[in-house]
Amino acid sequence: MSTATAQNTVCYHCGDDCKEIIQEAEKSFCCEGCKQVYLLLDENNLCNYYSFDKNPGLKAKGKFISERFAYLEDESTSKKIIQFSSETQNNVTFQLPQMHCSSCIYLLENLHRIDPAIISSQSNFQRKEVFIKYNPQQTSLRKVVELLAFIGYEPYISLKDSVEKKVTSFNKKQIYRIGIAGFCFSNIMMLSFPEYFSSGNIEQSGLKAVFTWLCFGLSFPVLLYSAAGFFVSSWKGIRQRYINIDIPITLAIVVTFARSYYEILSGTGPGYLDSGTGIVFFMLIGRWFQDKTYDSLSFDRDYRSYFPLGVTVIQGETEKNIPVTKLKKGNRIIIRNEEMIPADAILMQGNASVDYSFVSGENTPIEKKKGELIYAGGKQIGSAIELEVVNEASQSYITRLWNNEIFNGSKNAEKSFIHPWSRYFTLALFSVAAAAVLYWWFVNPANILPALTSVLIIACPCSLLLSATFTYGNMLRLFGKNKMYLKNAGVIEALAKINTIVFDKTGTITENTHSSILYEGTPLSATELQAIRSITRQSAHPLSKVLSASIEDDQSVVTQISSFKEYSGLGVEATVNNIAVKLGSAQFLDENNDLHLTRDTGSHVHVMYNQIHMGKFTVSNQYRNGIQSLAAKLPQYELHLLSGDNNTEKKNLEQMFGSKTNILFRQSPQDKLNYVQQLQQQNKQVLMLGDGLNDAGALMQSQVGIAVSDNNAQFSPACDAILNGENVHLLDKYLAFAKAGKNIVTASFVLSILYNFVGLSFAVQATLSPVIAAILMPASSISIVLFVTLLSSLTAKRLGL
Amino acid sequence: MSALFMLIGISIVVAGAFLAAFLWSVKSGQYEDDYTPSVRMLFEDNSAEPTPTTTKTVKSTQNK
Repeated sequence: MSTATAQNTVCYHCGDDCKEIIQEAEKSFCCEGCKQVYLLLDENNLCNYYSFDKNPGLKAKGKFISERFAYLEDESTSKKIIQFSSETQNNVTFQLPQMHCSSCIYLLENLHRIDPAIISSQSNFQRKEVFIKYNPQQTSLRKVVELLAFIGYEPYISLKDSVEKKVTSFNKKQIYRIGIAGFCFSNIMMLSFPEYFSSGNIEQSGLKAVFTWLCFGLSFPVLLYSAAGFFVSSWKGIRQRYINIDIPITLAIVVTFARSYYEILSGTGPGYLDSGTGIVFFMLIGRWFQDKTYDSLSFDRDYRSYFPLGVTVIQGETEKNIPVTKLKKGNRIIIRNEEMIPADAILMQGNASVDYSFVSGENTPIEKKKGELIYAGGKQIGSAIELEVVNEASQSYITRLWNNEIFNGSKNAEKSFIHPWSRYFTLALFSVAAAAVLYWWFVNPANILPALTSVLIIACPCSLLLSATFTYGNMLRLFGKNKMYLKNAGVIEALAKINTIVFDKTGTITENTHSSILYEGTPLSATELQAIRSITRQSAHPLSKVLSASIEDDQSVVTQISSFKEYSGLGVEATVNNIAVKLGSAQFLDENNDLHLTRDTGSHVHVMYNQIHMGKFTVSNQYRNGIQSLAAKLPQYELHLLSGDNNTEKKNLEQMFGSKTNILFRQSPQDKLNYVQQLQQQNKQVLMLGDGLNDAGALMQSQVGIAVSDNNAQFSPACDAILNGENVHLLDKYLAFAKAGKNIVTASFVLSILYNFVGLSFAVQATLSPVIAAILMPASSISIVLFVTLLSSLTAKRLGL
Repeated sequence: MSALFMLIGISIVVAGAFLAAFLWSVKSGQYEDDYTPSVRMLFEDNSAEPTPTTTKTVKSTQNK
């Protein structure tokens, strides 16, 4: 071990601690990869990269193997990725989840300086995308991707992209509608002022006509274009015999405009165009406010987003990298270290140690022998293996889960809770209108039509819509501030109805990165610990990595390794300072059971020093902060825990979740889905929390599925909400907030009904003048918006969010 | 009072021009990304469309 003078030198490129320092041009780097990237940037005068952000580089994981991108030369694959192609220019958009700072933007927009065949590149930071134009005659898609991967920004290209073209559309239509409605509304409002403030008697005769006809003209775009969305939606509702909130809204709009046009054309009045256009404008804003989207998150991932795009196939004597979709039964494939097995296959050659953590949730790799079937979705840890494909990629055991019909429908669609309210509202409205008509029929028939239309105009359902949209819009943002990202507003309502919660264990309530290590046995000396550390640093096994990270580096102890042999999945044998050390599972150290080591399940690393068994390290899950007390804060919910792992943690979990919670282990993805279905058959409203592909079925099936993720670059399966791991313990507060939201909307309905009473009192008397309508409508809208926004923000504060 | 008619007319036209400008700006994609341009303008030597000869000569004079 080298004795470095500065203990904590930090790599100039990526900022990681340098275990061995590589010097170049007066700067230190932690590895050859970082140094190479620096040299490339320096050569092309792009060292400004380092000036925008501290150590912005991204460390390369392992050696850069260009073979990995060979599948991009396949025409059918590249056609799906390239968006536009001509002789001199190809356009392509890549998703780069590693983008995290201004330096990234700088470098990605200056790619043309590294490779002149790239014409230009533009990045979109919020969506974490880069749009590249390159010249296909001078370079290829594969070379562009290789360049990006080399500098640390390997694009995320998944099987999904090769199957369906990704369309990210920015909703321009909505913005046009709002813009036009706002323009017309404000101008009509201003042009109506003279009318109102002069009590209907404008001095200059020509002016009045001009204003009136201008208002008339300005109202058309609003009625025909901006309000079109409401008409379409209510038509759909009528066709399905379902009264949604848009039906009374359409009624109000149509009646307002009809009466106004009649009054203007017949010269009997100025009309209510300002109120009419105002309604449309405010409601469109409400809808836009509620549609908050998160550009860089995706709530719709399926297995194809996780599977690699290409795989190495052995054809005769040569190896070729082909797209996964083209794998056929009988193909021989090579899977290297850290690569995913894309199809069910039989092990032909090599030592397989497969990590199924995101399929089954089990952390420890499973060892497979020659001739055994290996399921798709696992990652190979260790040396390369050769497999023979049994099922095509789309027909494997894990992908068949997606044939379940739950993945085809859409959840939490239109049925929102304001719909029952809209039904009551419509009924109440018609009864009031009918009453007014009857009254005036007997008293003064001339007033029937004015009264009827006034009622329909003023009883504005827009305040109903505004209550819901602004409350939910604000809540979505407050949730987002607390790192819980909901797919849409419907999820809030679904959360409020929940009465049962199902937890996954690994990755959801446990930390993905840290583990706790316990040693039992004869105490180890400093020399012995350092020996273990240096040995485990050489091993690729996840348990070794955890173990070596937990032992602190002691520079005073010199360890010399003279021999080292790793038995994939079993253990490690090495000679350190001339003493034989063996680390590994009980089977490895004690094949013939001479020492009677307990062979219990779980992650144990036994230590044998010079043929003497010293003890064992037990690696156990580290639970997330605050989980211990979470179960106690959820007394009103029925709790369940499903884990794909073995039952080593049973005692701990029972202590944390209480005896009433149902805890099951060794659950496969299909088991979890079935379990949720069973609960739903008992009419329970289920909330599922999971993190990996193994929870995908259950997440889709439950009324609300929350995917727990630790960083934005981590991929979560299809879900309704993405929750950051550090905030899982706030689950009780989130649920309480969702419930409170429902109450806030109800409270603001009551407020809007008050406004309606005031307006209706004028309307039934047929004395509703445009001035009153023009005052009431914005007043009610604005006050309701303020009310719900303040109330929801205060509620969040009170809950501690 | 004909002045008033004219003024109203002109103001409608001007307002309409602004509306047209707004619609055009949405159409041309200016609102698609409202964060990255704020970072991009702080880069000193960035140019969207590269002109190799001029940048190279500028670079060489700067390096001297």
